[in-house]
Amino acid sequence: MSAVTVVDHGAGNLRSLRAALERLDARVDVTDRPADVERAEIVVVPGVGAAGPAMERLEAAGLATTIRDAADRGAHVLGICLGLQLLFERSEEGDIECLGLLPGAVRRIDWARTVPHMGWNDVSPSGAGPLGDALPAVCYFAHTYVAEPADAGDVIATTELEGRPFASVVGRGRVAAVQFHPERSGPAGRAVLAAFLRRAADAA
Amino acid sequence: MLRRRIVPCLDVRRGRLVKGIRFRDLRDRGDPVDAAARYAEAGADEIVWLNISAGEEAWAELLRAVERAARRVDVPLCVGGGVDGLERARDLLLAGADKVSVNTAALDRPGLVTELAAHLGSQCVVVAVDAARANGGWEAHAAGGGRPTGRDAVAWSREAVERGAGELLVTSIDADGGRAGYDLDLIAAVSSAVDVPVVASGGAGGPADMAAALSAGASAALAASIFHDGQATVADVKQEAAACGLPVRL
Repeated sequence: MSAVTVVDHGAGNLRSLRAALERLDARVDVTDRPADVERAEIVVVPGVGAAGPAMERLEAAGLATTIRDAADRGAHVLGICLGLQLLFERSEEGDIECLGLLPGAVRRIDWARTVPHMGWNDVSPSGAGPLGDALPAVCYFAHTYVAEPADAGDVIATTELEGRPFASVVGRGRVAAVQFHPERSGPAGRAVLAAFLRRAADAA
Repeated sequence: MLRRRIVPCLDVRRGRLVKGIRFRDLRDRGDPVDAAARYAEAGADEIVWLNISAGEEAWAELLRAVERAARRVDVPLCVGGGVDGLERARDLLLAGADKVSVNTAALDRPGLVTELAAHLGSQCVVVAVDAARANGGWEAHAAGGGRPTGRDAVAWSREAVERGAGELLVTSIDADGGRAGYDLDLIAAVSSAVDVPVVASGGAGGPADMAAALSAGASAALAASIFHDGQATVADVKQEAAACGLPVRL
């Protein structure tokens, strides 16, 4: 059984994420205490809302440092939605510095007529990736910003929005992140979370 | 490719699923969480809950039902009805809703939309626009369609989006409950006036009507009675939409 630590930075709906992980038999600890993150082997950075306030809360609570340290010491880190964006170096949303676990920046979707990108869309793997047979999949998105990884090797899967692809799954080493909401993506999302947990268990 | 969404809508009173005709003759139809889970399994892309009861006790019952839904339902849940300010919107999100919809309170105080978007993020703020035909256009109504506001519904839609709404739920009061099709002119007018997703509501009589609403420009089509009565399944609607060349999640 995997023990998963979900970082609570005050940005709403963690109940469905907790439930989705528990359905996969994970033991889930939702916490806003840096000490809990310091000990965690699997850290999930969730998030809805805006990047600026979320980063402020992570910094103020001392969580930003412990998440960076967790990645440095080889813990598995999974970012979800806004959580994916927070893993990069900078976000245009609020023009702020983020966690910097992955090189690249986050910018507003400026090419599509209809924004937010809201609904179910294809997640197409760029090659053999850590989420294995969970992809390709059709998953649920709700976001206005996208990450642009500086290193193309960090792109695990892409999603096309109005004729242009963006990075919808990214990762490097034990850090991975998804722009969609696996906890709200039915059986497809469940398979993605299961693949992540399995990979973490295999590496342990 | 981004799929068009098919969305069953459930009326919830005091945490229970009810069904009736235009808010009358309401009968208890069981647990809305069971119904939401059934629809999710049947392929619904999202579920909308419309709370039709007032009062603090009913609100607490609603929150408890949303909490249970968050644990069991693995597709997005949008909840509205009775959201009168930031506090209740946050209540719903913390209970497990993915989006909240706001209607009368936003018409009475448009700044509320700005406030919700700033605090919660546009992607979870839905403005519900109830519109009735008037003077060659449409007038926005408050209070569940009961109070005309004198505002042009398309202009109000545009303002709501400028203030930060991430989605509009557009209901034709004229077509609602009639099962004779959506007001496609209204759907087309609002869809072309705004750059956020539009959910079409009011008047679905069958799968073909829902496909027509999507073809008119809606990102999602919502229906209640045709699903609850078993007249059509979510799969029926998706097959029809796919046959019309619309991308859906099958």
